[in-house]
Amino acid sequence: MAKGDPGVTSRGRRAAPRSKRAAVAGEPELVQLLTPEGERIESALGPDGTEYRVDFTDEEYRGLYRDLVLVRKLDAEATALQRQGELGLWASLLGQEAAQVGSGRALRAQDMAFPTYREHGVLYCRGIDPIMPLGLFRGVDQGGWDPNEFKFNMYTIVIGAQTLHATGYAMGVAMDGKTGSDDGEAVIAYFGDGATSQGDVNEAFVWASVFNTPLVFFCQNNQYAISEPLERQTRVPLYQRAGGFGFPGVRVDGNDVLASYAVTRHALDNARHGQGPSLIEAYTYRMGAHTTSDDPTRYRIASEVEAWQAKDPIARMKAFLTRQQLADESFFAEVDEQARAESVHLRERVLAMPNPEPVTMFDHVYPNGSPELDEQRAQFTKYLESFEGSAH
Amino acid sequence: MATETLTLGKALNAGLRKALEHDPKVVIMGEDVGKLGGVFRITDGLQKDFGDQRVIDTPLAESGIIGTAVGLAIRGFRPVCEIQFDGFVYPAYDQIVSQVAKMHYRSQGKVRIPMVIRIPYGGGIGAVEHHSESPEAYFAHTAGLKVVTCASPQDAYSMIQQAIASDDPIVFLEPKRRYWEKGQVELDGPLADAYPLHAARVARPGTDATVLAYGPMVRTALDAATAAAEDGRELEVIDLRSLSPLDLTAAYESVKRTGRCVVVHEAPGNLGLGAEIAARITEECFYSLESPVLRVTGFDTPYPAARVEEEYLPDLDRVLDAVDRTFGW
Repeated sequence: MAKGDPGVTSRGRRAAPRSKRAAVAGEPELVQLLTPEGERIESALGPDGTEYRVDFTDEEYRGLYRDLVLVRKLDAEATALQRQGELGLWASLLGQEAAQVGSGRALRAQDMAFPTYREHGVLYCRGIDPIMPLGLFRGVDQGGWDPNEFKFNMYTIVIGAQTLHATGYAMGVAMDGKTGSDDGEAVIAYFGDGATSQGDVNEAFVWASVFNTPLVFFCQNNQYAISEPLERQTRVPLYQRAGGFGFPGVRVDGNDVLASYAVTRHALDNARHGQGPSLIEAYTYRMGAHTTSDDPTRYRIASEVEAWQAKDPIARMKAFLTRQQLADESFFAEVDEQARAESVHLRERVLAMPNPEPVTMFDHVYPNGSPELDEQRAQFTKYLESFEGSAH
Repeated sequence: MATETLTLGKALNAGLRKALEHDPKVVIMGEDVGKLGGVFRITDGLQKDFGDQRVIDTPLAESGIIGTAVGLAIRGFRPVCEIQFDGFVYPAYDQIVSQVAKMHYRSQGKVRIPMVIRIPYGGGIGAVEHHSESPEAYFAHTAGLKVVTCASPQDAYSMIQQAIASDDPIVFLEPKRRYWEKGQVELDGPLADAYPLHAARVARPGTDATVLAYGPMVRTALDAATAAAEDGRELEVIDLRSLSPLDLTAAYESVKRTGRCVVVHEAPGNLGLGAEIAARITEECFYSLESPVLRVTGFDTPYPAARVEEEYLPDLDRVLDAVDRTFGW
């Protein structure tokens, strides 16, 4: 899906008398196009009056469902691999599939993404082999894909640091004259609710604003920064922070893949046309732990998790497809089988990942090398060789 | 060949201009680098001639300068970032150490960050606090960064161009109190013929003791050598130039001849460059040494108030005192 026509139309303030503000109790600003029960809302208004809607083909709707299921299954496989000692750590995206698939599919081929360490769903949408991040979490490398080939930067573990990289990259896009048309380039920076407290993120907001960069700040508000709830990061809804920096902000239902797509596509298109940055707050929930090292039962209650379970992004898409007769049981079974097969394949390849040779730790420290490192490598190699043929 | 007498600051300006002319991907960014030409005027006139897309006045946030420069580098630009003063680099420390230094390594060579981070450093100008520090050890300690410093107008001119042309991320330390010192600069020679960036150089040959210095202390060491010569003692002064990687080839050769070595820097002695240099010279020249390697450095205090900085900074007398001690061992 996401080929050709952007699949979303958005109009300015004057348009769309038929639209209603998407409503979740107590969250009047949430843009939503698919309710938790799987009911389609034809269009929804953002806080600035922008009307969001999507117009997908049946095949595209099914494609989004397939993405969501595959991404969740591969993520579950990675969690299992960690539990079995095959990965050192895993940061699960469980619950955030719609925010990631919706925004990831909204990207055009020429757009560049800067992820945190949890954007496995976006990575999947960018066409990167899902084995790639597992090397990082297994400890055999530190992330090995080529950011420029896939237009998806390396994972960034230092919270918020990548938002500045995205901003600088977007400055470069503008300096290269690659904005101002339908073929323009846009950049998306992913981060979480915790990151909004970081200086780097706030500096990125300032930079992006004053240089009018073609950048979308995509904040997945999953309600927790490890154990700390949103209230420890902010006293205002996060998307409203954008106003103080001088660009628009919108909150979208991050468990709604259609709304996540529509809002991101609109923001990216504004950016590529030279209209500057914007902030999207994808309101979602981290259903699992922060990472496999975390125990969320220490800081949140079961009823809260259950309430969010009822807003599951895949269940509502399945209900929609069923209700609209866009898919039947044989389709769902086929998707499940594909997910199972891909996860088995992933597991087999993870288990076959070789450990790197020790001397490779000296590789790539500098593009131009270093005589000091050459000497250390030579000494260490000699040291290792001194054990060859010994009883050890 | 055009040779001109330039101050070290003007030589840097000329070198930056050449780099901007040579490669359209070179961009200069920092606080006040545009209209003002930098607080030390090192970028004077460059925005006027190359435009505000090439010489960018940034918001006042150092992490933002370096972090956005990382993104520009990923995009294919060659950012030259100015940190206004040594003591203001620390807000950018995370971006430098965790991002700039590690991108090439983490990506297994797929991402290059050909960035130069210019930092005016060191004391001696009577400044208020945070304006006189010598942070080189923090960066030299970080794998993935290279660290160089110039001591003469000629080196300023060629080294800044070499650093910009290099694909390695380089912290380029400028001895701010030497900005106004003049010297002959060969302006037209091809960069390929310039003295190598990561190599030390004998600044004054001598036979009796070896003095290793870099940046602002090279002038101090040379003055000490002149004074020592009047007393009949010939000091060999080596300008280290590259602090990471360290090039001690010339130092080893020298110390094996002289048997005596003094290392001079402004930064505090504790865990400073001098400690690393002394260790390596001891390992390499052990049987040639007539005395331990001695260090003449700033003290292990915060940089003091300006009215006592002359006492804090190594000077000619303290260098000669250390040389004397190597003879009295």
